[in-house]
Amino acid sequence: MIEVEGLTKRYGRQTAVDGISFKVQKGEILGFLGPNGAGKTTTMRILTCFLPPTSGTARVAGYDVFDDPLQVKKRVGYLPETPPLYPDMEVETFLDFVAKIKGVVARDRKGKIGDAIEKCRIGDVRGKLIGKLSKGYRQRVGIAQAILHNPDVLILDEPTSGLDPKQIIETRELIKGLGGDHTIILSTHILPEVSMTCGRVVIINNGRVVAEDTPDNLTHRLKGAGALRLEVRAAAGPVFDLIRTIPGVLNIRQRDAGGDATAYEIEAEAGKDIRAELARAVVQKGFDLVGLSQVGMSLEEIFLHLTTTDAAAENPAPAANAATPEVHP
Amino acid sequence: MTAIRNIAAIVEKEWRHYFGSPIAYVALFVWTLLFGIFFYYAFTFFLRQSMMMMQQAEMGGGGPKLSLNEYLIRPVIHNMAVVALFLAPMLTMRLFAEEKRQGTLELLATSPITDWEIVLGKFFAAVSLYALMIVAGLVNLLVLWRYATTPPEWKPVVTGALALLLFGSCFIALGTFVSTLTRNQIVAGILSFCLFLGIWTLGWGDDPSAGPVMKVVAYLGVTTHMEDLVKGVVDLKDVVFYLSFILFGLFLAEQSVESQRWRA
Repeated sequence: MIEVEGLTKRYGRQTAVDGISFKVQKGEILGFLGPNGAGKTTTMRILTCFLPPTSGTARVAGYDVFDDPLQVKKRVGYLPETPPLYPDMEVETFLDFVAKIKGVVARDRKGKIGDAIEKCRIGDVRGKLIGKLSKGYRQRVGIAQAILHNPDVLILDEPTSGLDPKQIIETRELIKGLGGDHTIILSTHILPEVSMTCGRVVIINNGRVVAEDTPDNLTHRLKGAGALRLEVRAAAGPVFDLIRTIPGVLNIRQRDAGGDATAYEIEAEAGKDIRAELARAVVQKGFDLVGLSQVGMSLEEIFLHLTTTDAAAENPAPAANAATPEVHP
Repeated sequence: MTAIRNIAAIVEKEWRHYFGSPIAYVALFVWTLLFGIFFYYAFTFFLRQSMMMMQQAEMGGGGPKLSLNEYLIRPVIHNMAVVALFLAPMLTMRLFAEEKRQGTLELLATSPITDWEIVLGKFFAAVSLYALMIVAGLVNLLVLWRYATTPPEWKPVVTGALALLLFGSCFIALGTFVSTLTRNQIVAGILSFCLFLGIWTLGWGDDPSAGPVMKVVAYLGVTTHMEDLVKGVVDLKDVVFYLSFILFGLFLAEQSVESQRWRA
């Protein structure tokens, strides 16, 4: 449904998007993940024909964004970071206007506006001025605006930003419900959101794709590089020193274990299994080994891993033998 | 067909903004009030003049009657052109600036409508409100048809209104362009006003003794092309001048909207 190849966008000397490529299948929900300024919004703006790319191609529903912008625009619904709303218009009048400029024919207009209002549950504010709505309602009117003409592709730029937890859950449910009928790309920097709503994740940083996989696979494959949890009943100081001597240990953090034991979270080099060595060392020193287990990296950690430490991002591949995810350095 | 539908949708939306805010009411109020005041003064002046003429006619016997068109309606229309200079920025300043500030330009730009349709829709919305203002002002003149012994000719009134419309539309087209340059509507308003004033003064170069350079300058001044129209003479070259001026302004606006996306 969406094919992006070697897409690059430069603003003057600054490169916002640097040769990214990815594909989205029909009906899929793709999470677009990255820190602020990674190039998420720029990519989305190119896909919606708001900005022209500097080089590379992007095709939506078979139409090139540069050659056939009108055809692409007919098939795309877009919710920008700040929902594009006119505060001096009533919700229903606004949706009517949007329906007109999206090319919804007159006889379908009422029905489609009704559908969008129902799907986004904004029926109780349909006659209100948009300027007087709460942030949550405004966001929902923004989504209603995007799905109004029943587009094949939905592009949502941080659809849950600035909402309260209840609204976030509602919005997520709404987006999940829209998947299947629509192909969706949503950007976010809230990670649980990705694992909850998206079938696949593209992580971008500094305008490049750093990783692309399902949320489960991402968590799974990085387990090797993930942390070990070691519980020892002993004074913290000597244990710290001991762990540090083991080759392959990158990072140690002390955690509260409860009781008289102390827990340590140990990050080892990617692909290196240090469990046996660790256990042996602890026992040999005469400390009481209470527990040793592997903690999967949460998406947050993976995300930080991929976007902050380049070395780790470039080389986690050996750990993931079965999953064979694609990693773009 | 879709183009017309899209333009109509934009016009309708802009009218909602005009009448959903005080802008339309203030513009209509100021325009009709000033029209009334100018009409009243022109009217009293005209009465005084015709009294004098009548006295002279009694003494000297049989003088020409003053023409209502020439001595009453024409000065009012010229005065209203000055008012248009002040009110046009009010109609155009928010057209694009506000869309940019609110981020709604992103909605328009990602909808299946062209930049030309957006620009034309906004232009026609402002022009149609301006036309409504002109018509509302002309209502004053109905008194003349009701009470004057020799009512004025209607043709110069129509061409005078057309002159006002064309003249104001030039400013509206240019103001639409200026509005695309900034996201602050106050800046757009002030900038448009200064620009209009500058163009207005070009017309002052219109002098029979002027050299070739000043003649060209005066030609570009939008006021010089009103004269004949207000007198009731429709000269094709004046109409063509106004239409090309308007097209030029709209062209600048469209180019500006399009190029800002390339640079953004």
